[in-house]
Amino acid sequence: MKKDRFSIVRNRLIATKTYQLVLEGGGMVDGEFVHIAVPGFFLRRPLSICDKEAGRLTIVYKVVGEGTRALSEMKEGTVLEVLTGLGRGFDPDACRCEALLVGGGLGAAPLYLLARELKAQGKKVTVVLGFNTADEIVMVREFEDICDTVAVSTLDGSVGVKGFVTDAIAGMARSYDYFYTCGPVVMMKAVCGMLECPGEASLEERMGCGAGFCYGCSIETKNGPRRVCKDGPVFKKEELLW
Amino acid sequence: MVKDLTVDLCGIRLQNPVIPASGTFGFGLELSGAFDLNLLGGISLKGTTREARYGNPTPRIAECDGGMINSVGLQNPGIDVLVNEKVPALRRAYDGCIVANISGFSLDEYKECCAKADACEGIDIIEVNISCPNVHNGGMAFGTSAASAAEVTAAVKSVCRKPVFIKLSPNVTDIVSIARACEDAGADGLTLVNTFLGMRIDIARRKPVIANKMGGFSGRAIFPIALRMVYQVAHSCRIPVMGCGGVATARDVIEMMMAGATAVQVGAENIRNPYACPEITADLPSVMEELGINTLKEIIGTV
Repeated sequence: MKKDRFSIVRNRLIATKTYQLVLEGGGMVDGEFVHIAVPGFFLRRPLSICDKEAGRLTIVYKVVGEGTRALSEMKEGTVLEVLTGLGRGFDPDACRCEALLVGGGLGAAPLYLLARELKAQGKKVTVVLGFNTADEIVMVREFEDICDTVAVSTLDGSVGVKGFVTDAIAGMARSYDYFYTCGPVVMMKAVCGMLECPGEASLEERMGCGAGFCYGCSIETKNGPRRVCKDGPVFKKEELLW
Repeated sequence: MVKDLTVDLCGIRLQNPVIPASGTFGFGLELSGAFDLNLLGGISLKGTTREARYGNPTPRIAECDGGMINSVGLQNPGIDVLVNEKVPALRRAYDGCIVANISGFSLDEYKECCAKADACEGIDIIEVNISCPNVHNGGMAFGTSAASAAEVTAAVKSVCRKPVFIKLSPNVTDIVSIARACEDAGADGLTLVNTFLGMRIDIARRKPVIANKMGGFSGRAIFPIALRMVYQVAHSCRIPVMGCGGVATARDVIEMMMAGATAVQVGAENIRNPYACPEITADLPSVMEELGINTLKEIIGTV
């Protein structure tokens, strides 16, 4: 864990209530998520890293409460205090050659960095992204630029397959040796249930410290209690009790 | 001039008065990669019970203006893991004062756990939590009457040679009478205050934010109330007090000490800033300089 200062170089609306935040500062950042101090709020906001390079971080977040609303109103040049090096992320090495990435809504964001890493390792990457409606769609073009196959589902059928991500997966008739998923719990549960190959899921929980010492975000797993912020947020399918 | 930050807690010399409060610093080693733990005057470990506990269902954290509510509910690996694994591991990385925080659901459980902590070489002080708001039929029930607080104190003292601090609840009508009862029953010191019972409602979902409905409120917002209680207790008892509640800055530490605290615990502030304790300690000398203080322990209880 490290505490650093980053300045906002971009903070723009890219879909309904959804913002792309680009931060500059520090060196190469480790970890799965960052914990951002929003002035005026007691606790930090844990947000997944969508993409990174040395000195630059991209985050895609949704306004879900007062804290993220305040963050969305911050102008370019504002300096934020950020904890980095947090969380255990996806394991690209767990996939041998063909990966399926399944994102629901904003769950697409952390899968992007994973997709880049998998492609850098020469693996085949199929991505399925699910959204409620067309105006919530994010990241599809970015994934199309780097992945082998990208499919989209929307609940209202306005774009791609009408229905859930599971409907899109069922219609693809391909085999994968490993899957990675991030999104609403009901979706991840359905994905873990329908796919026979091993895989992992990124969970979300209300966090306190974000660094594994307050034990606010613990979940029960087959291996006993685990902290979502420190032992996760990514857990193997077979560890999860749901 | 070099500032003297040391304090003496029941014969134990602390290099500075700043101690992360129980439950806000895990078992210490979780933070060993973040900064040098030896910058801390002491560390109060996460509350420990006889058996391992998962705690309460999530969500068990809720944000508030100036603080937070937690209902973690004493998640811990049990006293045997504490004394056999957690403390020896922390001892290898940390030379300062280790405070074991013990909770229980019966007098027997308090006695058994405290005896094990007393026998554990790495532990310097035993802090007995009779004030956890997050567990039913235990914890706070003992801390809300003078008679039961005294009963726990006497029971624990009968099995301990090390200094015993009783951690008091602020959710009482008269904290001074409970503090005095603990002192009369043999307590070596007092820690106050634990969290205030609080609640938040998610007005969109029309449900409590916390799965357990209520939890303990802590953070900057409680500082004036905690300070008042530390002042009242320190001026009514002869045993040392560890002041706790809403401390976030070096100035707060000095204020708590002027109110009567010999050492000062930092709680919820660690959750928002894991570096809070070393930052506060680093700020102390310049604030002392500004206030004309050379020896920190000389200000204890001077107001």
